[in-house]
This record gives sequence, C-alpha cells and structure tokens, in this order.
Amino acid sequence: MSVLAPTTTSPEAAGNRRALVEQLHDWVVTVDHKRLGIMYVVTGLVFFVIAGAEATAMRVQLAWPGLHVVAPETFNRLFTMHGTTMIFLVGIPIVFGFGNYLVPLMIGARDLAFPRLNAFGFWVLLFGGLLLHFSVVGGDGLYGAGSAPAVGWFAYAPLTGRAFTPGNATDYWNLAILVTGVGTIATAVNLVATTLTMRGPGMTLGRMPIFVWVMLTVSGMTLVILSPLSAAQIMLALDRYLGAHFFDTQAGGSAVMWQHFFWFFGHPEVYILMLPGFGFVSEIIPVFSRKVIFGYATIVAATVSIGLVSLSVWAHHMFAVGMGAPLNSFFALSTMLISVPTGIKIFNWLATMYGGRLQFKTPLLFCCAFLFQFLCAGLTGVMLAVAPFDWQLTDSYFVVAHFHFVLVGSLLFTIFAAMYYWFPKVTGRMLSERLGRWHFWLLVIGFNLTFITMHVPGILGMPRRIYTYQADRGWEIWNLVTTLGVPLQLIAVLIFVVNVVLSLRRGTLAGDDPWDAWTLEWATTSPPPSYNFDAIPVTTSRRPLWDLKHPDDLDGPHE
Amino acid sequence: MTSLAVAEQEAETRAWRGRVGLIGLIMAEISLFGVFVVAYLFYMGKSLNGPYPKDVLDLPVLATVCLLSSSIFVALGARALPRGDVRWAGIWLFVTALLGTIFLASTAKEWYRLIYREGLTIGTNLFGTTYYPLVGLHATHVIIGLCMLGLCCVFAWWGALRPVHGERVELVSWYWHFVDAVWVVVFTVVYVIGR
Repeated sequence: MSVLAPTTTSPEAAGNRRALVEQLHDWVVTVDHKRLGIMYVVTGLVFFVIAGAEATAMRVQLAWPGLHVVAPETFNRLFTMHGTTMIFLVGIPIVFGFGNYLVPLMIGARDLAFPRLNAFGFWVLLFGGLLLHFSVVGGDGLYGAGSAPAVGWFAYAPLTGRAFTPGNATDYWNLAILVTGVGTIATAVNLVATTLTMRGPGMTLGRMPIFVWVMLTVSGMTLVILSPLSAAQIMLALDRYLGAHFFDTQAGGSAVMWQHFFWFFGHPEVYILMLPGFGFVSEIIPVFSRKVIFGYATIVAATVSIGLVSLSVWAHHMFAVGMGAPLNSFFALSTMLISVPTGIKIFNWLATMYGGRLQFKTPLLFCCAFLFQFLCAGLTGVMLAVAPFDWQLTDSYFVVAHFHFVLVGSLLFTIFAAMYYWFPKVTGRMLSERLGRWHFWLLVIGFNLTFITMHVPGILGMPRRIYTYQADRGWEIWNLVTTLGVPLQLIAVLIFVVNVVLSLRRGTLAGDDPWDAWTLEWATTSPPPSYNFDAIPVTTSRRPLWDLKHPDDLDGPHE
Repeated sequence: MTSLAVAEQEAETRAWRGRVGLIGLIMAEISLFGVFVVAYLFYMGKSLNGPYPKDVLDLPVLATVCLLSSSIFVALGARALPRGDVRWAGIWLFVTALLGTIFLASTAKEWYRLIYREGLTIGTNLFGTTYYPLVGLHATHVIIGLCMLGLCCVFAWWGALRPVHGERVELVSWYWHFVDAVWVVVFTVVYVIGR
C-alpha cells in the first residue's frame, strides 16, 4: 500500500488500479486533513531540494577565493531565493503539514474544524510558492532588470524601493509571500479551532500530547505575528505602485520601520518553526526511552512562555541600527530571558532519557544529535544577544552559522526524526533502519563539518552576502572545509529519498503501532481510514493508548 | 447518551467551532490593523509638506453615529433569528446594512473632497501615505461586512433564512461588531489624536 492508495475504493474499481488521472483528481479535490498534511510535507520537501540546490551553488562559489562559478547578481538572487524558500516554503509547510496530519489524530477528532478552509490554505500556499519561482522567468518587468528577487529574504528598505530595484522581481517576492501568509493564517485558524473545540471524549487540555500543545501555541502566535508582515508588505506594494512614502526616506518615511515590522514577524517566526521541532522531540524521546515525558506541565508552560516572550525579542536583529542603549538593553535582556524556558526543555528531555531503556532507532538518533546541536545553537544565540558582541559580529558568517545551527542542526534534524517516526503511520510501511543510519551519520558529519567551521570565518570578519573574497584574509581553508561538508549532506538527503522510495514499495509492513507508542494516532490503522477512528477512543490520561493496552496498570493514578 | 442529546452536543460543538474560528480571524485582523495604526502614530506630524490633518480633516460625526449605532441593530437581528422571528431579523439586518452604507458613502465623500478639492493623495505627504491605507483598510472591512449583511437580507427576503442559520448570522454580527470597534480606534487615532 503506498501513500497514493485511495482511501476509499469504489466497487467497480476494486481489484485493479485506478487511472492515474483519477487518483490525481482525488488529491486535488480532497479536503481530508491527512492527505492535505501529506501534500504540505511533500511540497515542503520539493522546495527543500530546490533551496538546497541554491545553497550548494553558493557554497561552490565561496569554496575558494576569486571563483566565478556564478555572477555577483546571480549570487544575490541565490541567497534571496534560498532564504525565502527555506523559511516560507519549506519550514512552514512541513511543520504545518505535520500539524495538519497529526493534531486531529492525536486529539481523537475525525478532521480539522474547517476542512475546506484547510484545502484553501494549502493551495494558496502552493500557488504562492509557484508565484515566487515564476519570477525566475517572469520577473523582468518593464525595465528588463532582474529576474528572481535579489533583495535578501528580509527585503530591507530602501533597497526594495522602486528606484533601487526596478522591474517586477521584488514584487514577485512581495506578493508571493503575502499570498503564502494568507494560507498559513487560514491553517492556523483551523488548528486553533480544532484543538479548542473538537477534542475527543476525556481529552482535556491537560492530557493533550505535547505536540498538540505546541501546535496550539504556534498557531496562536501565527495569528498575532503573520498579519503584521502582510501589513508591511501591503505598505511596500503601496510604496512601489501608488507612490506612498512608508519606507521612502526622502519624503520623511523610515527604512527602520520596515525592519521593525519585518522582525516583529521574523523572530517569532523562528519559534513558529522551532517549537514544532520541540514537539516532535517531546513525542519521540519518551517512546524510545520507554518512559513518560519528564515534567509534562513544565514543558507545556515553557512552550507557552516561549510563545509569549518571543513577541518581545524582535529588535535583537537590529542592534547595529542604532536604537539607543535603553532599547538595546531591553531586547538583549528579553532575548536572554527566552533562553530560560528553552533551557528548561533541554533538561526535561535529558531527564526523560535518564534511566530509560533507550532504543537507538533512527528517530532517537536524530533526537540525540538535535540535543547537542540545539545546545550549540542556543549558546551562540545567547552570545549574539549581548549587544556589544553582536555589534562585532552582526552580518557576519558567525550569524549565518548560528541560525543554520537552529534551522538545520535543530529543526531539520527533528523533522527527519519525525519522518522516520511517523512514516509507518502515514504509509503503513517502515523506513529502512539500515539506510536510516547511513542517512543519519552522513548528515551529522556533513552538517557539523559545514556549520561548525562556518563560525570561524565569521569571527575572522567575513561578512555574509559577499559573492567572493580576496585570498589574503585567512578565510580560504575555513570556506573550503565548509563547502566540503556539502556533498556529505547531499548524499545523506539522497539516501533519505532512496529510503522513502524503496520503503514505499517494499518496506516492512508496520502494523498499527510499530513503536509500541502511547498517543492516539497509533490506536488506528496505518494508514488511518479517512474517518480516522471506527469509534473514538476515550482518554483517561496523558497516555491514552498505554491505558488501552494495559487496563490493569492505568496511567491516571500516577499523574 | 440519547441520540437527541448527542445531536444537541454536536450542534453546540459546531457553534463553538465557528466562534473560535472567527475569534482567530479577528485576532489576525487586529494585528493587521495594529501595524497600520502604529505606522499612523509613528508618522504623525512628520509630513514634510501640507496639507496637514488639522487643515483638511473634519470630524465625521454622522458617519460615526451611523456605524456605531448599527451594532445595536445587528445584535437585534442576530437575536431575533434563533427565536424564529425571521421577518424582524431581516428588517434589523437591513437597517444595519443601510447604516453601514451611509457610513461608506460618507467616507467616499470625504475622500472625494480630500483628493479633488484639497489635493491630498497617497503620494502627497506622509499624512496621505498613512491616512488612506488605514481608513481604506477599515472601509474595505465595511464593504466585506456589507456583502455578508446584504446576503443575509436577500436570503431573508427570499425566505431562505431560517432559525437554524442563527449561529451563522451570529458570526456575521460578531464580525460587524469588530468592524465597529476598529472604527473607534481609527476615529480616535485619525480624527482626535491626529488632528
């Protein structure tokens, strides 16, 4: 049975495969949260390959001083498209795709609250992504200048003004991201309404799986922070097309306002991507440690406080702007404050593993690597929160290395852990452990080779977004090693793709509950039927499936 | 549980589903408006050239009275419907839409005067840059609300509006209250503080 297997089979088609067109039609018209979740994740993975190719091209260009693999203008387009794609078209679809798939199953619901709105959200996001990439061929505009946008993923004013980026490339960036934002808000509304109103019998808020708590927090944050970006993008469109002066400094407008609006979205966005990663880890580590999660209430409280505090840290991206000592101090302190709940979680995960019967299957391997790499990411984060230190290293490769430790070393690793963990549920077949180990070790080695090394040229003063550099700066060897890690990561991802393709065809059959897990998605068949559950299970504790499997040893009295 | 009780519980869940969804949408809208309000306040008094707000803006008293009082009528309409009083529900919703239309006409008149008589456009100065998007964003929401109210009125006229649609009309009324509340903020910022 593959992911493409129809969930319902009409009598006349039974026994023979239905026409491809008919199957595709099913996927296009579906409002099933599981199919939409799969489409979100697959969309994210496709864009991940595109953005990864862009990163590879940049690393090849930077491997040695004075190379001319790509032209300077192309390099600008590459880092703009790489950043924009990775954040809006890889991170967002994958975490919301998992949310889409898992939240109704985990809380014992038959679908999301608004299934058609859910389909709308997905298609709008997909078309936003296609619009962004259409700019590569269609972005010439009136002046024939530019193709893909080249203004950086945060598109600072006044570079985005009509005088500095003529043509339509910047407008493609602007409108495409505006459109994907609409889709993401629709999904967030949906997840909030689902979590708050559609939980199955006995599934109180205090018994929800941590991943559901995380998605609730993340969706709430999305509602608050995504529309400010939309507002700023509307202003940018007004500036560019109707001659408004929001970010036009010559008419009294303020370029710094764009930075405030953008980062008010941009920083919480990092947590919107990272918190679901914490959610994956909080589901996976207990199952492979054969212990309940340590400090459920603390993790939930830490999640919600990260969500709240993340709304007040945005200007740590702007220490170099010259905001003045009071604002700099405030944002330095709030940024350090947010590392407290994050640190608490690390101890929770460690305490969960401590004394557990650890089963080092691939998902747990990825979680372990995540723990180390996320710790490094957090430590460089606290370093950069110190404003004077940030003045020294802002816009350098140290910053690039820091946030790649967050988004690759932490988020991507948790996403792969989640892929290995939930693939059996989604497809009914296990991913190969053997290939999984190759994937894991190559990725760990490749990732650390690239990104630990990348800190050094940053400390040595190498600025980001330069397309090449002179030979006498002492950056050569570091850049070379950074680039040498790339092929290892590419092979690792290739192995993952091979693993998925092979396992879809002839992976071991998974059964309903291959990991002997405890949350409700494992209580139904793999893959689940379109209505999810025959009868919705009654929840009596935080581990409903444990209770069903061990009626003589219920969890409730121990909580 | 009897099947009747199950059905009742399901209807209750469905009602809350819609309400929570709308509250989520309103949260997103609040931060959308929030950014435009912040931009208005930040750029206030920073225009390099005229016309300035104190020279050209008049207090839109009639429009404000119409819009704010329309909240009462939409509430009356939303309450009449579940009681089975479809006729009066239709009438109250029509009155609401009428008052909303008067508000919109008044905004249109003000914009016409500002553009053609005072020569203020979105590109004239920072006042124009921030005024038109903020008031225009609110007017857009009024138009969306009027479309929904208009649909309800048409359905009531056709007799297609029934008491079972009560929860949907309730959501329309919530949205309309939100549009009103936003006007209180816009009015305060643009016409009281900004003038």
